[in-house]
Amino acid sequence: MRSAQANRNATKPMASARASLPWGKWGLRGTAFLYLGFMVALPLAAILRNGFSDGLLAFRADVMNITAFAALKLTLVTAVVVTMVNAVMGTLTAYVLVRFRFPGKGVLNTMIDMPFAIPTLVTGVMLVALYGPQRTLGAWLNSHGIQVIFATPGIVLALLVITYPFVIRTVQPVLMEAERGQEEAAYTLGASKWTTFRRVVLPTIAPAIVTGSLLSFARALGEFGSIVVVAGNIPGVTLTAPVYIYGQIESQNQRGASAMSIVLLALSFTLIVTVEWLQGRNRSSYVSG
Amino acid sequence: MSQGEKAGRGPMRARLGEWALIAIVVLYAAGLLLAPLVAIVWGSLAEGLSAFAREMTSADALSSLKLTLVMAVGATVINTVFGVCIAWVLVRDNFWGRRILNGLVDMPFAVSPVIAGFMLILLFGRTGWFTPLTEALGIKVVFALPGILLATVFISLPFVIREVAPVLSEVSLEQENAAFTIGASRLRTFWHVTLPAIRWGLLYGVSLTFARAVGEIGAVLVVSGGVSRLTETSTLFIFRSLDDRNYVGANAMAVLLAAISFVILLVIETLKKRTEQTQTL
Repeated sequence: MRSAQANRNATKPMASARASLPWGKWGLRGTAFLYLGFMVALPLAAILRNGFSDGLLAFRADVMNITAFAALKLTLVTAVVVTMVNAVMGTLTAYVLVRFRFPGKGVLNTMIDMPFAIPTLVTGVMLVALYGPQRTLGAWLNSHGIQVIFATPGIVLALLVITYPFVIRTVQPVLMEAERGQEEAAYTLGASKWTTFRRVVLPTIAPAIVTGSLLSFARALGEFGSIVVVAGNIPGVTLTAPVYIYGQIESQNQRGASAMSIVLLALSFTLIVTVEWLQGRNRSSYVSG
Repeated sequence: MSQGEKAGRGPMRARLGEWALIAIVVLYAAGLLLAPLVAIVWGSLAEGLSAFAREMTSADALSSLKLTLVMAVGATVINTVFGVCIAWVLVRDNFWGRRILNGLVDMPFAVSPVIAGFMLILLFGRTGWFTPLTEALGIKVVFALPGILLATVFISLPFVIREVAPVLSEVSLEQENAAFTIGASRLRTFWHVTLPAIRWGLLYGVSLTFARAVGEIGAVLVVSGGVSRLTETSTLFIFRSLDDRNYVGANAMAVLLAAISFVILLVIETLKKRTEQTQTL
């Protein structure tokens, strides 16, 4: 078998090399389809089926009940706040990392990836260790009337930690490849640093900022591990949508869990498609998030 | 500001602005990432090393660490094998439905971990689609180890594919075709030509997969059933310890997991430099 193929290819090199092994190619295609179909498509179908099992009205009622709606609102509001902070601080961090030299830069660059490596639940436990009501900083803040843990600031803080790398890691490579010539020209012509940044640098990196922000928004929508520890999960107050879903699963309300899942999935799916589209316009489609 | 910092004028002020920006970033990053880390390590040390050792050598803690390791290795192996296949199909093959596959690959990043676990309940739970099949075969999926493994595989699925695909698309077809033309089989060509070319990207993807698999909580929490010493991973151990108000145990395990992820992070950073080097070559 092997030598037969080799012979065929020796006589017709290059072009036929691909077509020479149809069962191998179809085998790989089939594997890819089956694996992703079974692992990803099928579970998604199950959720859709379950959420709409009693019709659209029931679905609407599931999403619009007071606790569910409050949870969804809290998740959206905190995700928006976090995304805006990330857009600014992430861009600034990327800019500082690419354009300036300073001691400790390598350490900072490595530190940025920490949220990707450290389990989100551990991040939550760490934040409680720092800001918990009985801890040093937490107690001090408490005495000044600021409650972080078991309150909304804790949720925002946890999300800020978890999503910090996204904007940085999308902006950094673009900034590195941006030509400095234009920047220097603008600066030499008398534009201030800020004007140069706003008029020359920002337009170049704007798509990357948007991409990174959308990714961090999508990540914030689904976050569970850190929030479940930090938020206190009081229904209607500090219960986020993912934690709400967890609660519904635990109390055997599968349809309710599915309905909220569908809303979150629809949101993050739209975001991911937008990101793909943005990246497809700028670079190849195989750039990882 | 716009008039004051013109070119040539006041390089000192420009430097000052630069240092101000650096200071803002360093303080923000340190406050956000470093301070909580220091706080938890400090807190654990305050309890004393003997308390740490006692908590970590308890039967519950040890068995949870073992389960986490087994599940993470299992999920990483599965996702590495299938991930390379899928990356190859996405980059090298061209057929109808390729874009759909490409979109499916990203879904686990878009799905909340809790939802990922819930999906498995809908498929394999009491009234699940596949429950008649698994019952006939005598396999318990949900609230058992297969469920934990499936959940872990799902949430860590995209990493290998997303890291290997760009590297693979840069490997020149000429070398492969050359090997193939002089008589090497497809498989041999892959082992001796393609794999060495993508190795750094692959290892990078593998370590990201492993890190994600070790740290998973949401998906695993939903499907595990949380029976200590049987279906309890390390993150679930922390979760239960918090519920039981065993803060010393929770903190100790959190510190240990943080240390493990730190090691993985250093490996990741090294590999990232390597992949960047091979990509620019």
